[in-house]
Amino acid sequence: MTIVAVDDQQPQFGTLAPDNWKLAIVVGLAVSALAILSLPVKVSFWVTGAMVAMVAATFVVNAYRRHYYGGLLVSPAIAVLFVMNIFPLLWSLGLSFFAYQSNQQNIRFIGLHNYEQLLTNDLKAPELWGNLTNTAMFVVLTVTAQMIVGFLLAVLFAKQFPLRRYLLILVLTPMMLSVVAVGVFFSYYYDPTFGLLSQAIKAWAGGEQFILMSNKAGAVAGIVFADAWMWSPFVMLLVLAGLVSVPKYLYEAAAIDRVSSWRRFWSITFPYIRGLLMLALLFRTIEAFKLADLVILLTKGANDTMTISYHVIRIANEQNKTSEGAALSYLLLFVVIVLTNLYLYIANRRARGN
Amino acid sequence: MAEATTTFWERLGLRKASGVGEAGWGQTLFAAIISLIYFLPVLLIIVTSFKLQTEALAVPPKFFPTSFFGLIPDQYVFSPTLENFTSVFSRAYTAGAAAESTGFDRFFFNSIFIASTSVLLALVIGTLAAYGFSRYPLRGNDTYLFIILTTRMLPAIVVIIPVILMFRVAGLAGSYPGIIFLYTAFNLPFTIWMMKSFFDELSPDVEDAARIDGSSETRVFFKICLPQVLAGLAATFVFGLILTWNEFLFALLLTGVDTRTVPVALNQAVAGGGIGVLWGLLAAIETLFLIPVFLVTFFLQNQLLRGVTFGTVKR
Repeated sequence: MTIVAVDDQQPQFGTLAPDNWKLAIVVGLAVSALAILSLPVKVSFWVTGAMVAMVAATFVVNAYRRHYYGGLLVSPAIAVLFVMNIFPLLWSLGLSFFAYQSNQQNIRFIGLHNYEQLLTNDLKAPELWGNLTNTAMFVVLTVTAQMIVGFLLAVLFAKQFPLRRYLLILVLTPMMLSVVAVGVFFSYYYDPTFGLLSQAIKAWAGGEQFILMSNKAGAVAGIVFADAWMWSPFVMLLVLAGLVSVPKYLYEAAAIDRVSSWRRFWSITFPYIRGLLMLALLFRTIEAFKLADLVILLTKGANDTMTISYHVIRIANEQNKTSEGAALSYLLLFVVIVLTNLYLYIANRRARGN
Repeated sequence: MAEATTTFWERLGLRKASGVGEAGWGQTLFAAIISLIYFLPVLLIIVTSFKLQTEALAVPPKFFPTSFFGLIPDQYVFSPTLENFTSVFSRAYTAGAAAESTGFDRFFFNSIFIASTSVLLALVIGTLAAYGFSRYPLRGNDTYLFIILTTRMLPAIVVIIPVILMFRVAGLAGSYPGIIFLYTAFNLPFTIWMMKSFFDELSPDVEDAARIDGSSETRVFFKICLPQVLAGLAATFVFGLILTWNEFLFALLLTGVDTRTVPVALNQAVAGGGIGVLWGLLAAIETLFLIPVFLVTFFLQNQLLRGVTFGTVKR
């Protein structure tokens, strides 16, 4: 192993060196602040950008000189995420403390007023509370449906059989459709006059025209069905991967010991798929919290099917209440983070327990 | 290697040597019935793409393109036409207030170019980062990873207003680099999460041996680690492609006349016209749009399964 002399000494604050990141931060902040205060937006934006780039460059040079390979490898990803995700997130967090409408010029600092308003008045109003309970209902229904259907499909495809890969790709196809197409074509299938569902029910049960979307239960069933149909393949893929990875000899040993199939599932198969089931549950729950597009395309929120995400889109985009939308989505994010952490905690504890 | 011994029939999927267990044609029949029922809504979209508007709205529904020598009553039979597919390319799509028309071939090119570039870019950047997180843990490693995951939890609409403002000032609105970088950031979180779990699974012994033999860190990464996670790269690529290919909200708000992608054009075809929804045309667009991602998934299917297994199951 070659021994490389690593210079652990950080550069002096005063020296002008390419790896002196402390000085770079101070200079960068000062120049950006001056630029924002004195120059027009178009110019100051680029000046600030150049300063950020300078600070980033000193970090990279510093990491390179001191062999912080971790920092070096991670830095491009952090840079992209910072510019495109974290910076907009912080900006909208800032906006949530202001009174700001995107169609008006004036902007006014109001502190926590948006949050106060949401937590005291709006939450008590039946509308927003209804949206929250609807979202919870959609999360439970769609995720449960996806987990069950995805699991059953995975069991169906766990064994090798002729033509398996050709049938598997058919089941995976719904996931590849554009959500616009799914929404539009399910509204085509659900249509009261020429829709297949209504025609099938009319032909089978007779009677009057069948309108699925005429009440809440029907509308919810329609949305949940479309969403579960589209995303069950995702769950299936993860569970299937787990099922395929179970070593064959465990089943052979179980067969010799004449273990019942119920016990075989819980003590051999389940430990292999538990991690993947948890992952699928996590991803699908996060996505289900954001459910809006299918609701927009299928019911436009009619029959009490509004979700909280759709509500945010409405107030932020259609009514231009940008800062209220931002405040509401940060409350939502808080709920999701608490739930996710709780979930990861339980998952980790159970994993350690076994 | 198993590859060397696979016969022609095994490659076709008609016979297979490995697996959890083997089942016969009975299982095939059962799975075929279930798969076809599951596939039915997609099949109906494809069938609709060959119908004229009147046939698409017919009561009772016309399912079959031919009468199969008189087996099917005439009322369920439609005469297939390619008119929808030709009008997909000849029709003028108005995009935005500018009302300039762009051809569908342009949207198609945009979708392929934007999706593939951003997914590959995310794969390169994300793999490096995942390797960094896996091999050189920073202080508070898990916190960073959790923050990265958090960026996917917020409704997109909240992030989008600052992004629009930023793009306008930077002159990136409606340009390729803007949307490509945005999608790269959009793909990075799960690329990092997936690739990190692949790198975590690798045994460190081989790497250490190579280091003792004097291999540089770069060589260890390219010659030892990367070849072992190829299946993972393929799996991540397919997941990223599926998500980016169909992304709608960012594309709607951040692409211009020249950079519009197919999902946005699809939405405009739904809304536009004022003569009701043109079902045949929509179905034709979606059918054409499905083909590339369907083919990629089909050819990377084995890697997809292997990749997911390898990455997330502890031995």
